[in-house]
Amino acid sequence: MIGEWLDIGWLNEIPMRGSRTVPVAGGEEIVVFRTGDNRVFALANRCPHKGGPLSQGIVHGHHVACPLHNWTIALATGEAQGADRGCTPTIPVKVDGGRVLICRAGALKAAA
Amino acid sequence: MDVHEYRNGEADTVPLEVSPGQESDPREHLVVVGNGMAGCRAIEELLARDARRYRITIIGAEPHVNYNRIMLSPVLAGEKSFDEIVINGLHWYAVNGIDLITGDPVRAIDRVTKVVTCASGRSTGYDRLLIATGSDPFIIPVPGKDLPGVISFRDMNDVDAMLAAAEAGKAEGGGAAVVIGGGLLGLEAAHGLSLRGMKVTVLHLPGTLMERQLDEAAGWLLKTALEARGQTILTNADTAEVFGEGKVEGVRLKDGREIPASLVVMAVGIRPAVGLARDCGLAVGRGIQVDDHMVTSDPAILAVGECVEHDGQVYGLVAPLWDMCRSLADGLVGTINPYRGSVTSTKLKVAGLDVFSAGDFSGDGMCEDIILRDASRGIYKRVVVKEDRIVGAVLYGDTADGNWYFDLLKKGEPIADIRDALIFGQAFATGGGTADPKAAVAALSDDAEICGCNGVSKGKVVACIAAGNTTLDAVRATCKASASCGSCTGLVETLLALTLGTDYSGERAVKPLCGCTSFGHDDVRREIVVQQCRSIPEVMQKLHWATPDGCASCRPALNYYLLCAWPGRYEDDQQSRFVNERLHANIQKDGTYSVVPRMWGGLTNPRELRAIADVVEKYNAPMVKVTGGQRLDIFGIRKEDLPAVWADLNAAGMVSGHAYGKALRTVKTCVGAEWCRFGTQDSTGLGVKLEKMSWGSWMPHKFKIAVSGCPRNCAEATIKDFGVVCVDSGYELHIGGNGGIHVRATDLLCKVATEREALEHCAAFIQLYREEARYLERTAPWIERVGADYVRARIVDDEAGRGALAARFLHSQSFSQDDPWAARAAGIGREQHAHMAQFQPIAAEDMA
Ligand code: SRM
Ligand SMILES: Cc1cc2nc3c(=O)[nH]c(=O)nc-3n(C[C@H](O)[C@H](O)[C@H](O)COP(=O)(O)OP(=O)(O)OC[C@H]3O[C@@H](n4cnc5c(N)ncnc54)[C@H](O)[C@@H]3O)c2cc1C
Ligand code: SF4
Ligand code: FES
Repeated sequence: MIGEWLDIGWLNEIPMRGSRTVPVAGGEEIVVFRTGDNRVFALANRCPHKGGPLSQGIVHGHHVACPLHNWTIALATGEAQGADRGCTPTIPVKVDGGRVLICRAGALKAAA
Repeated sequence: MDVHEYRNGEADTVPLEVSPGQESDPREHLVVVGNGMAGCRAIEELLARDARRYRITIIGAEPHVNYNRIMLSPVLAGEKSFDEIVINGLHWYAVNGIDLITGDPVRAIDRVTKVVTCASGRSTGYDRLLIATGSDPFIIPVPGKDLPGVISFRDMNDVDAMLAAAEAGKAEGGGAAVVIGGGLLGLEAAHGLSLRGMKVTVLHLPGTLMERQLDEAAGWLLKTALEARGQTILTNADTAEVFGEGKVEGVRLKDGREIPASLVVMAVGIRPAVGLARDCGLAVGRGIQVDDHMVTSDPAILAVGECVEHDGQVYGLVAPLWDMCRSLADGLVGTINPYRGSVTSTKLKVAGLDVFSAGDFSGDGMCEDIILRDASRGIYKRVVVKEDRIVGAVLYGDTADGNWYFDLLKKGEPIADIRDALIFGQAFATGGGTADPKAAVAALSDDAEICGCNGVSKGKVVACIAAGNTTLDAVRATCKASASCGSCTGLVETLLALTLGTDYSGERAVKPLCGCTSFGHDDVRREIVVQQCRSIPEVMQKLHWATPDGCASCRPALNYYLLCAWPGRYEDDQQSRFVNERLHANIQKDGTYSVVPRMWGGLTNPRELRAIADVVEKYNAPMVKVTGGQRLDIFGIRKEDLPAVWADLNAAGMVSGHAYGKALRTVKTCVGAEWCRFGTQDSTGLGVKLEKMSWGSWMPHKFKIAVSGCPRNCAEATIKDFGVVCVDSGYELHIGGNGGIHVRATDLLCKVATEREALEHCAAFIQLYREEARYLERTAPWIERVGADYVRARIVDDEAGRGALAARFLHSQSFSQDDPWAARAAGIGREQHAHMAQFQPIAAEDMA
């Protein structure tokens, strides 16, 4: 399986309750979130509503509020919450020895 | 049987003898590498199943018999002696015929000849081998890591070194220690050292202590409690080096801080000890890979404990080892009992601090948090429920129900029936066969204390309700129950419901700030000051927030309230700010940003115009626009380019225009007396002075000012938050105007004769608004709510009050008038403008 997980950097390069972005050449940007309880989630950096950059939203619990029109997106599933409908692709991500790794295939699919 | 026990270091010199007779023992020879917790437990399990099946040899690197590693913390703390933590003494090896070799680490395994070789040169043949080498502490690769005085916390040697350092420190009147790592191990080391009289500083890289087990709320409580015990806890502390001449003298952080210390304990993590296994060619991932009966890739070799990887998991706690040992022993005697992995729970072993955590709190939309906070007793409990099952729990302050939750979690029991009372604990949820919190409250005696802050018993609350106080607010006003910290609000409401039956509507007069709390904005603001809350987690704990870290509504509000209450002392939380205030620019629909530099009073000059023109060209800004507030707005800047754009604008003397903030936006002016044939006063000059006084301040909402030179009012001052209309005899001051969604013309505040008075009234008005309006309430709705007369009474009639308000505003301004753009241009917050990595899907190994 070596090579299937892409090392994108140290966990503590992502601010707690914040995010960092990873552009994919020729595709869409990926955003990696770190929550208040130190979980990591990766999604396409695109709100299902009108494409707002989720990376810039306020992270609370395991959710992010989109900066454009305040939809709430669940980080684990990418699903819009409440009455809103829509879903952002998610990407498998894990932390190993303090390094953040994202799944290559998942990243390609989400960014396509 | 034969026992060789050697003290440290002696192993190499003492000749080892094999007991006569054993060579001819016909039984299979089982050799165990590692005389630790898993290795010996595996043997205990085996002996319990078949005491005679194998001839057994245990080889250990440590010079001790089998002891309980987790009890090293109590030994360090002085609560236990080494003898008390021995699990199996020499006698156990003797009666079970186990050949023990201590102080002589195994150096090599030859799988072809089936022989292990020790450091002393001794070799031992095996039929079956069990590797139980545990873990090695991770040493962070910083300069100075090898200095004498830098140790880890793993075995009895380390404890001896710590005790010696504490003893040496005593001679010098204390002694200082630094513990790197604020996880379970680090905090136990810090606790022990501080009980032994050392001055302890804990350095922790993440922002939250024990971040892998605790959420932010519990981590904050723990930090506060440890600080109260005299430890210094530095979070977000990144170690640059350990320094000292010939021995440790201190630790230097990346931000330049230095902490003197004669002892440095590194407790940042562990790595499975896989060296032996890797060298002899066994399959190794993060740990030695084993199957469900702990057999490695070589059928003659087993492995167990922290050194193994099972099903992709490695473990760092003892409970999984016990499970593994059972499956291993069953396998050794030919019974099938596969190991299927373990769920773990953690407890911190620091006397008087109850911390428990279990399972997983990674929600996936389907998860729900049930939270109980009791500020007066310092309790925080969080249970995470998914699809009617408990999947995780964090308990702080009261961990009595930890095992019960953990049990429900492991068994995957459905909890629908007890859900409402779950968080109150086992006694409550299962007591009397009902799971009704109402019944539990009904069952309380009349003497039972409901409100700890005000000492109100259940009997008094019920009497108060019976006397006609039928709402929560009335009860709070009359008998004071739940009127202070509010943590018993739920109990009081239950008593209202019980006493009034269907007459109790449950309606509260105050609209809560958001779904995370039952408190309204004004309550929260008041309590922040009364209870001296200094951080967001502290407010959430003291006011028993219902969510772990709030939501997108309450976090920005709390950040503002704290900032307003403690100017210069509160550390702004960037993650609680809307993107525009975090990036100091306005986000656009395509994710780019607009940049509006300040042009004081709407005035500009060739230098500024040239700088703006240059920026527009240099960064290919697709549009530049003259705004409604008399500024120039540059559109379409990428977040990566923002710092460079700001550096260029700074160079021309321009600072942030705060077009993005809940802050002073613009001061709009007209040309005024200097040029205009109708002008009565210097409206542009006053506008510039007002803007220089007010820029940079954070407010409940955006704030706009205008100054018109005569009643023709070309600057539209009567639809601004604060407007000045100049007249021959002075200045008319107007407040509470709004040109937005609901147009509102201003109320006249008063008329003053001088510029100085106009400035003072403006400062006092802004401060009153800052201190009393609710977050996201502009001046217009605020004044509609409190009345223009109230504002006049505070600002016009009360001269001393006005002066005090103005002084408080200017004090807070002394901390806010730094250009945020200059800081960004200088590199602060650089990561907010940069990608974490680049991803080239074409090449194979492709991360930058
Ligand atoms: C740039 C500008 C339009 C223009 O090109 O002229 C503008 C642009 C925006 N206005 Fe405005 N407003 C602008 C003048 C106004 C004015 C007129 C004025 O200031 O004299 C008003 C009415 C006056 C008032 O505020 O009472 C105005 C009332 C609003 C409102 C409604 C506020 C209200 O209380 O009802 C919003 C929405 C809000 O703030 O929540 C808003 C929000 C916005 C936002 C911030 C929308 C957003 O959230 O993205 C726009 C940001 C664009 C950007 O990236 O710069 N804008 N907006 C004007 C910038 C003023 C300036 O020079 O700094
Ligand atoms: C201070 C402290 C407190 C802890 N508190 C808790 C707690 O509260 N709860 C909890 O669940 N867990 C706790 N742990 C973790 C727990 O102690 C470990 O999970 C457990 O000891 C692991 O058992 P093991 O047998 O795999 O490793 P160990 O117990 O470390 O045993 C491995 C042994 O193998 C020896 N060895 C290594 N290499 C060789 C070699 N080449 N030749 C011969 N011998 C070798 C080592 O010297 C060691 O004695 C704590 C750990 C520490 C250090
Ligand atoms: S009126 Fe203001 S908020 Fe509306 S589109 Fe124009 S700039 Fe944007
Ligand atoms: S684009 Fe995200 S809420 Fe509209």
